[in-house]
Amino acid sequence: MNFQLTEERQMLQDSLRRYLADSVSPEMLAQATTSAAGHSETLWKGLAEMGVIGALFPEDKGGFGGAGFDLSVVFEEVGRAGVFEPLAETGILAGGLLAELGGEAQADRVEAIIGGAIIGFAHSEPGARYDLEHVETKAKKDSDGWRITGRKSLVTHAGVAEAFLVTARTGGETTETDGISAFLVPAGEGVDIRDYPLNGGGRAAEVTLDVTVPADALIGPEGGAYAAIERAAARATCALCAEALGLMETIRGLTVDYLKNRKQFGQPIGKFQALQHRMADMLVEIEQARSAVINLAGHVDADRTTRERHVSATKNLIGRAGRLVVEESIQMHGGIGMTEEYALGHLVKRLTMVDHRFGDADHHLERFIRLSAA
Amino acid sequence: MDLTYTDEQKAFRDEVRAFLDDKLPKRQRDKVAGGKRLTKADYEEWHAILNERGWLGVTWPAEFGGTGWDAVQRHIFEEETTRAHAPRIVPFGLNMLGPVLMKFGSKAQQDHYLPRILNGDDWWCQGYSEPGAGSDLASVKTTAVREGDHYIVNGQKTWTTLGQYADKIFCLVRTSKEGKPQQGISFLLIDMDSPGVEVRPIVLIDGEAEVNEVWLSDVKVPVENLVGEENKGWTYAKYLLTHERTNIAGVGFAQAGLENLKRIAGLEKAGGRPLIENPFFAAKMAQVEIDLMAMATTNLRTIAAAAAGQAPGAESSMLKIKGTVIRQEINALTRQAVGPFAMPFVSEALDEGSNVEPVGPDYALPATQAYFNNRKLSIYGGSNEVQRQIISKTILEL
Repeated sequence: MNFQLTEERQMLQDSLRRYLADSVSPEMLAQATTSAAGHSETLWKGLAEMGVIGALFPEDKGGFGGAGFDLSVVFEEVGRAGVFEPLAETGILAGGLLAELGGEAQADRVEAIIGGAIIGFAHSEPGARYDLEHVETKAKKDSDGWRITGRKSLVTHAGVAEAFLVTARTGGETTETDGISAFLVPAGEGVDIRDYPLNGGGRAAEVTLDVTVPADALIGPEGGAYAAIERAAARATCALCAEALGLMETIRGLTVDYLKNRKQFGQPIGKFQALQHRMADMLVEIEQARSAVINLAGHVDADRTTRERHVSATKNLIGRAGRLVVEESIQMHGGIGMTEEYALGHLVKRLTMVDHRFGDADHHLERFIRLSAA
Repeated sequence: MDLTYTDEQKAFRDEVRAFLDDKLPKRQRDKVAGGKRLTKADYEEWHAILNERGWLGVTWPAEFGGTGWDAVQRHIFEEETTRAHAPRIVPFGLNMLGPVLMKFGSKAQQDHYLPRILNGDDWWCQGYSEPGAGSDLASVKTTAVREGDHYIVNGQKTWTTLGQYADKIFCLVRTSKEGKPQQGISFLLIDMDSPGVEVRPIVLIDGEAEVNEVWLSDVKVPVENLVGEENKGWTYAKYLLTHERTNIAGVGFAQAGLENLKRIAGLEKAGGRPLIENPFFAAKMAQVEIDLMAMATTNLRTIAAAAAGQAPGAESSMLKIKGTVIRQEINALTRQAVGPFAMPFVSEALDEGSNVEPVGPDYALPATQAYFNNRKLSIYGGSNEVQRQIISKTILEL
């Protein structure tokens, strides 16, 4: 039994924490939010140079990490700083699938991703809600290659992606796991983007596809990409949960500081037992969240049932703990906690939105029950 | 024990419904129901419609141009207007200042200000909270120093709701530092266009700027704008807060919110079936509805007691806590119901006549905004922690 990080991961954590602490300020985040890019190009370049994207890939794919604990170390820091860079989209989802399914033919592309190229992940669709297998977008083979038509929804960081890993159905019905294929589609003609800002920072787009790509744009087996998509989604969920944990830690710090400094009725409000107990409850839930993230990070490479049970267990717990941390931290701050200007505002919005990605607490509760019965 | 309205009360309810059917503009109804942004003109239009019928001074006695309604009638009116998706009555002049002037104001103040509130000549805002005086309101630091026929006012107010629309602000100011903090407070009426008044918007986490900071620098205020006696302002402030706490339960808002939640849960699909049929989600909706049914009766018990002449006491604290918790739970479930489309923030789509389409269903962004915005419910008007303190002191005597 050992819950210490390896020396390499400890170093990654230290240097990333220092880098983000030095580079990120509320003003910088506000600017990134309102910029056309929807993220910070400077920060993104810095993360690539530090090797943070490489930490998301295993050595045989050109990276130097790629395990669950590499993801959790990186994304906890991302969460602590409240940044919204396309790390998961490009480094875990699109990049992970290219590395896993693309073989040697995509090795250069993966290397480019590790160096900072942004590839979007165009998978979820308007009617899918949280169902990963819900794919209506169609790909039909023709003499020029593949004609892909359909609509993708909430494609995060689409506006800055040079290409997309697009999922489309080459067989089967809308909610079947069989018949889903992956394609690499360059941004541009035939890929129509309606780009918009998100609650909690960053941008996403509704993407309408009516595009023909060459035969070699197919990544992996025709109709057989789902298992890899589910694995990539499990890893992205692990990253998202670790990010939520980081957000909770920063929120906790801000709230404790506020309790110590804010005076009402002649004393710091942290002296009131009613608030002390609530802050203590918050701490207990955040420690539960930390353990849940460790559970998931330790099982992202396990067999399917074990892995997915942990995905749903952790995402459910993070959803519940996240709501408690959001609501209690705002309440203990009072009015100031509701303002956009104060640092808490961005963090609580971002943490709230965690429950709207990759399935909310109820979705995963139901799924956990189903997986446990199987 | 009789849980139903009397025949007269039912007739009154029908009268209110007929009025709303006839007079509430569809445009306004749609905006409120759709969570669209309301403008100053929207509120003024609705106030004028109510005033024409003599129904704007809901809580006012007839001698001041009000309705003279009893507590049950007021409740019926509030419930019906909310369920019909009427804009809310902006409370600062009507429910806060008005009652204070009727009880403590001079005849001249009553004659001047009360008709102007009903006619919409003045838009009032509330100058209570300060950066250092939130739950501990008695610690206000804004000073008013008498110089001849004027007070010179310096300080900063905050969380001033809709202050950007206001012509006037009623303020708690410190006129004495002697004795307990409560003893040196006065209640002053200030023109917002006086030199030295500056309003700065505060953007909240829903992206809207409904509250403001109001800075007061050497603002000259005529002494006749003092309400009641100097250094007695705390008494008036507390009186105002008891009025602020009528309808604090927000039963009508909760009912309208629950209806909206059910509609959305019927439209959203989870796993190919309507969300409303999902047992996990349905259980949570049912639970909050059960809580609301009981709370509505707690509210009616309080109203019946008030109609029977009992002075409202700490019951309003109970209603504030339970009422806000229920509304916040409904907001949380509604946010949950919209699924991934809680994420897009396309603010322009909320403006009337905007040609910007929402991303996903049109109810998604209002649901997310309402969740964030209504975190305020358990903070303002005396935070729920302060209310618990009141309950433990005055009811439990702990």
